[in-house]
Amino acid sequence: MGEFKVHRVRFFDYMPTAIRAMAFNAHTERLALARMDGSVEIFNFTDHYFQEKVIPGKDSRSIESLCWVGGRLFSAGLNGEIAEYDLENLRPKYSLEAYGGPIWTIISNTQGTQLAIGCEDGTVKLFEVLEEHIQFERNLDRQKGRIISLSWHPSGTHIAAGMMDMIRVFDVPTGHAVQRLLVDRGFGGSKSRETVVWSVAFLSDHTVVSGDSAGKVQVWDGHTGTLVKTHLVTKWDVLALSVSKDESSVVAGTSEGTVIQFQFIAPTLHQQQDKEWVRTRTFKNHTHDVRALAEIETAIVSGGMDTHLVVRPLLEKFDENIEMAGFDPVLLLFFPQRNLVSCAKKAGLLLFQFPGQLELWRLGDSDEHGKPGDRLPLKRKPEKLLLLKRKGEDHICCSALSSCGGWLAYSTVSSVLYTLHTSSASPRTPPRCLLPPANHQSSLLLLPSLSASMCTPSSPSQVSGSSNMSPQLGCSSLENHRFLLQPIHLMTTSGDGKWLAAANSDCEIHVYNLQKLKLHCIVPVYGSCPSAMGIHPTTNNMTVVHADQQLFEYSIVEKQYTDWSRKLQKQGLHNVWLDRDTPVTHVTFNSKNPNQVVLHDMHMFCIIDQSLPLPDQKTQFYNQMTLRSLSEQERPSHLHAFKICKTFQDLLCVSLLDDQSLVVVERPLLAITSQLPAPVRQKKFAT
Amino acid sequence: MVEHAEIRMVHRGGSKINFREPVITNDSRFLLCAAGESVNVYSTSTEEYVHDLQGHTGLVTGVVLNPSNHLQVYSCSADGTVRLWDFTDAILIKTFIIGYPIYSIYVSEKHGGVVFLVVPMANYKSSELFQLVAVHLPHSGDQEVEARELSAVLCDVSPHAGAASFGREGEYIAAVRGLQLEVFFFKKQKSYRFSLKSGKKKGAKNAFTCISCHPKEDCIATGHEDGKIRMWRNFNQKKEYTYSTLHWHHGAVNTLCFTPEGTNLLSGGIESVLVHWHYTQENQKDFLPRLGAAITHIAVSPDGSLFSTSHSDNKITIIQSCVKVSAVIQGLVKGDGVWTNLIIDPRSKALVLNGKPGHLQFYSLHRDKQLYNLDIVQQEYIHEEGLDQFEVVKAAFDARGDWLATVEERRKKGAELEINLKLWAYDELTQSFVLNTTVTAPHEDQITAMFFSPSPETTMLVTTSLDGHFKAWLLADHSDANAEGFWACDFVGGYHLLKPGCCSFSADGSLLSVGFQEVVTVWSPASWELLTTLSQPPGAIRDLCFGRLSCSKYLLGASTKNQLCCWNLLTCSLEWSTPMDVSLLQTDPLSENMAAFCSQSGSSDLFVFKPSEPRPLYSQKALCTGKVQHAVFAPRDQMLESCEERTQWLNRSQLYFFTQHMDLLTFSTKTEEDRLLASSKQLMVDDSVAVTPFYLLLGKHRGQQLEKQEALTNPMAERTQLPQGSIAIKELLHTPAHVLPSASFLCAMFVRSLLISSSSAREEKEHEEGEMEREEEDSEGEADPRLGESAAWGPPEEFGAPALTKAQERELRKVKTFDHSWLSSLLDC
Repeated sequence: MGEFKVHRVRFFDYMPTAIRAMAFNAHTERLALARMDGSVEIFNFTDHYFQEKVIPGKDSRSIESLCWVGGRLFSAGLNGEIAEYDLENLRPKYSLEAYGGPIWTIISNTQGTQLAIGCEDGTVKLFEVLEEHIQFERNLDRQKGRIISLSWHPSGTHIAAGMMDMIRVFDVPTGHAVQRLLVDRGFGGSKSRETVVWSVAFLSDHTVVSGDSAGKVQVWDGHTGTLVKTHLVTKWDVLALSVSKDESSVVAGTSEGTVIQFQFIAPTLHQQQDKEWVRTRTFKNHTHDVRALAEIETAIVSGGMDTHLVVRPLLEKFDENIEMAGFDPVLLLFFPQRNLVSCAKKAGLLLFQFPGQLELWRLGDSDEHGKPGDRLPLKRKPEKLLLLKRKGEDHICCSALSSCGGWLAYSTVSSVLYTLHTSSASPRTPPRCLLPPANHQSSLLLLPSLSASMCTPSSPSQVSGSSNMSPQLGCSSLENHRFLLQPIHLMTTSGDGKWLAAANSDCEIHVYNLQKLKLHCIVPVYGSCPSAMGIHPTTNNMTVVHADQQLFEYSIVEKQYTDWSRKLQKQGLHNVWLDRDTPVTHVTFNSKNPNQVVLHDMHMFCIIDQSLPLPDQKTQFYNQMTLRSLSEQERPSHLHAFKICKTFQDLLCVSLLDDQSLVVVERPLLAITSQLPAPVRQKKFAT
Repeated sequence: MVEHAEIRMVHRGGSKINFREPVITNDSRFLLCAAGESVNVYSTSTEEYVHDLQGHTGLVTGVVLNPSNHLQVYSCSADGTVRLWDFTDAILIKTFIIGYPIYSIYVSEKHGGVVFLVVPMANYKSSELFQLVAVHLPHSGDQEVEARELSAVLCDVSPHAGAASFGREGEYIAAVRGLQLEVFFFKKQKSYRFSLKSGKKKGAKNAFTCISCHPKEDCIATGHEDGKIRMWRNFNQKKEYTYSTLHWHHGAVNTLCFTPEGTNLLSGGIESVLVHWHYTQENQKDFLPRLGAAITHIAVSPDGSLFSTSHSDNKITIIQSCVKVSAVIQGLVKGDGVWTNLIIDPRSKALVLNGKPGHLQFYSLHRDKQLYNLDIVQQEYIHEEGLDQFEVVKAAFDARGDWLATVEERRKKGAELEINLKLWAYDELTQSFVLNTTVTAPHEDQITAMFFSPSPETTMLVTTSLDGHFKAWLLADHSDANAEGFWACDFVGGYHLLKPGCCSFSADGSLLSVGFQEVVTVWSPASWELLTTLSQPPGAIRDLCFGRLSCSKYLLGASTKNQLCCWNLLTCSLEWSTPMDVSLLQTDPLSENMAAFCSQSGSSDLFVFKPSEPRPLYSQKALCTGKVQHAVFAPRDQMLESCEERTQWLNRSQLYFFTQHMDLLTFSTKTEEDRLLASSKQLMVDDSVAVTPFYLLLGKHRGQQLEKQEALTNPMAERTQLPQGSIAIKELLHTPAHVLPSASFLCAMFVRSLLISSSSAREEKEHEEGEMEREEEDSEGEADPRLGESAAWGPPEEFGAPALTKAQERELRKVKTFDHSWLSSLLDC
């Protein structure tokens, strides 16, 4: 594998924000997820839960609820506005004041023609969904007390509304409330406190399921308004409910961090009448409140205060027994699947991107030598050179650092792009806006190694670049002749500044010639989204890693896959490699050894040595430990191309500096957990 | 081979009653449980042993009610038979011979005439594979029927009881083993298997331990090693099955049971708490805590009113209406080990040994019942693994049973040994032992032996210890003070710094012999003079015994080097010695006999001999596997009159011993069994009340009273006697003292007022029923205990041979009635 001096960076205190709402689009198999800071993330569930798009947040925006109408995404929040998102340009399309005070919930009917929102002032407002816009239609009967949750009957004729201490059922055509279901208060001291019906679900057989702050999941008959069954599931709140598509199962998320499944089961096996809702399984993957929940065909997806998204596959829905495969079926998504850290390879600088600020750090230095595994004493401590706060309400969506460390750029949604020159003599220079506010926003920035030009994809169809960092000089845009719909999410340039590769969410990768400023070629489309790519500085071969862990190497000059890539595809990747559950987020190269490619995902980093034989299925994949125990003579026979290191965990960035030292940016999950607010108190056995 | 037929090893008393799940009868009056080779029937209301169902020749491994007749039970046994019993009268109805050892039995109402048995797989006799087979029981008039048509239902099942259960209306049977649950549907003849992950990663132990099916709904509850209970539903699908998890227990769930209506689920485990889950509202649960020991089985009566829990300390608790413990049936507690030898309490003739932790248990062998527990350590026992706690290691009674000496010790790793010697005096008032003296650290090291002197004059205790000393303890008398006497050390002896291993008193207490490794020293306890030393070079002395009665001049010693030596104390020379690896030497206190247990090639042999005779009275090779560590001669209630030479040694006392597997075994002879059989035939069981000795006494009396009342012609019934008598007393007491006649006159009158007046019509009857008469007389005697004359009035039968003829007796009775009428007339006026 070779020996490196490692900069183990733990001073990037990145803190993800809590998940607030979730909506699953069964048609496109996309999950939209809203966080507390107002950002929205789109995950593609057909493509290994890949984080396809991120819409950055905004200070004034808070999202309480998300809702899909066809392919359109709406959100509503406590700022009283309804917003629709432009999923191509990754920004809000428009927002609309609802004039009902804070909005707690938004839902659409199954036909996708109407939206209903629940407001603080007790009104349920219906909006008509038009082609490009939505329009207020009418109010349902106004109630006393706020409307916390809504659920539309699948036929569209009734709406159930969860309120304080009660549930109302509205007849939609007339707008009158037809049922009033009183929800009991909790026991003991909480008797005086109002019960909040956090979530309701209206099933097609007119059953209403409710989850409330007294810890109950209750099943009501919506026709008669009578209580059918009460399940007391927790001492705390039941915050979220989700119904499966066939309405045979309901999951409930609680403040204790548990997700509890209820199933509609007949008490005896052979007669299928008289089914009842029975509490069945309990999943505990969270430590804090489960605020958002979605039961999809094959899995239960949950998220909450502890910021990670949990995908719990329902094993009985799969044909083959996954348990036999020997890995934990629960998938936990912690970190954003894009780069928050940029590294200046020559200067040894790191740029950390936070939603509200940028931090520029100089790495520490040590001139001592030691055995592998030793800690070296620092000659110079890592130093924070610059703290750059953004302007305006919009959060930073991307940032970049040139490899010489002299140039830094960031952008926000509202189409302002700042760059500044950081001369090493006076690192504390105030930021200078070198680019005029452009009329486009950018979601991705790239400062190529030569620091001569900057590339930014703007509207989906074009990539614009500004060379020499001056507004006067050749600001050019690369117009794509093909009509593209999806935004570019990944971009890389070659070391010599000649080539630019850009990948979009439609899995297409375009390679441009920057010198001629035109499209060079299109890499053959593979069925999974590229999650990381890099162009080799000397050979100009492009290494692409996809969300399904497949690995390709494409020769840009020859416009075809390289021999090594063909060999790899022919032999197939090792199952252990394919079974990893986090995508590779970064590809770099070793400038000293052109055969080596450095990749990393959250749990490991890997050095691929193309000169070594590929592993077949029978070889031991993680072989570093065995290699160490072997003698020098035996070692070569056991080597294979994938050298994996798991010493460092919870990785955000692994990069190889020009002086052959490795920068490893870690963000330990424990540190994130310790910064979370305290969870609800639970009696633990033997404490 | 003749003697083998005559003398048989049997389990009598002290067998495990918690081995399998008990059965409560339909009327909730009896509880049946497998106990060794028989099935014991207990009364649920009085917790008394009623009778047992005897007939099996192997361990009984299961008892179930016959689903088609609730007055019958099936029992299965390792001897390969299933037997059908009428349990009310203890009659064996039928024996079905299966031919394989049976490990458990299951029946269902829907499968009439079929029992489901767990037997070893035919092909894998040696290995641990078992299968569940259905056996159709043939209808036939014979007592013994061969039922060899087995049809396999499930393969590879667990042999433990509780690992299989019938589902709703017997439609399916569910069985668990390891990490797998298998459900077999009889209608479709199809089985479904569900397996769990071993779950080693998160420390979860997912293995199944027990199962119970809901009686009304299709829901299976399974218990797991990590304390979880899973409720399985929809299990007729390969994929869409589902389960919910209940978790309260922190240790493994040992047993699960649904109530007959299915409204509740009961579970129990090591916590010794009965948990009572409400079906469908699983987060509501009730507890019945502090049941004493880990729960191993739960059984519910068919009407759901009674629960019974079996516990690991060989106890069955009967619980009424979920909340109240109404009865406790306690068997012989077999804890972690028996450190005290088996001892016979001279007073109650009970077997005394370690019971609950820190206690001594007194167990009556004749009644097969625990009498009481004596708390020796008197410290709270903490149920936690790995703690070193005080344990009773030695106990001894003096000859009359007035004193009990106990030694408790606690050995901490790396720390000093803590020893306490406690002396307990028998208190007549409370009928139990009261702590008299506690000696902390009586010796500096472990106490190896402790005996009371058998001499009637002095109560002396001798302890020997590994610290190289033996100490004699005496009761210091404080005749002047009111304070009770306490025990103090009288003499400390030693011999060349050797470590004493054993000691023994001669039968009259005049000699004490202490074995110091290879040397036997003989001391005189009166003067503490070393009388002589005996030694036989090879091997340390392990056991020492003086002979009794005619053989009291002999001293026997067993050495570690396979030698049994007999010294003659008159000549101080070795009488004989024989190469034997004696592991235990025991003397019969009532005869000259001695029993020696020898361990040879993994099994134990028994020799019974008299020290004076070279030939053993009785020998039995290969008694049991393993070493016999504990044995005792228990005196019999009634002597046997066997003339057979081989069985004579069992006439006065019985030899009980513990095998390695903690089974209490004894020897029984043919005559004894005949007598038992005869007595059981005499026993008439009235099925309205459980039969206890008290009931027999009271019930007979009551029945006769009824008869008597019917037979009465004279309206002057016995009952009216008492008020009349009291009137006489009242008059006597209320009359002013100055008008009363002299006391001597009044006394005679008063006494006569208390006598019975019997009519002449009753007389004939009384002659026939002497027994009743006796009781009546007793009750009279109790009316005024100061009167010592009642014995004189007692019927002649009481003295064995009739002294008076019938005519004379009638004369006497006439006098009695005459006296009384005279008295009453006197009182009337």
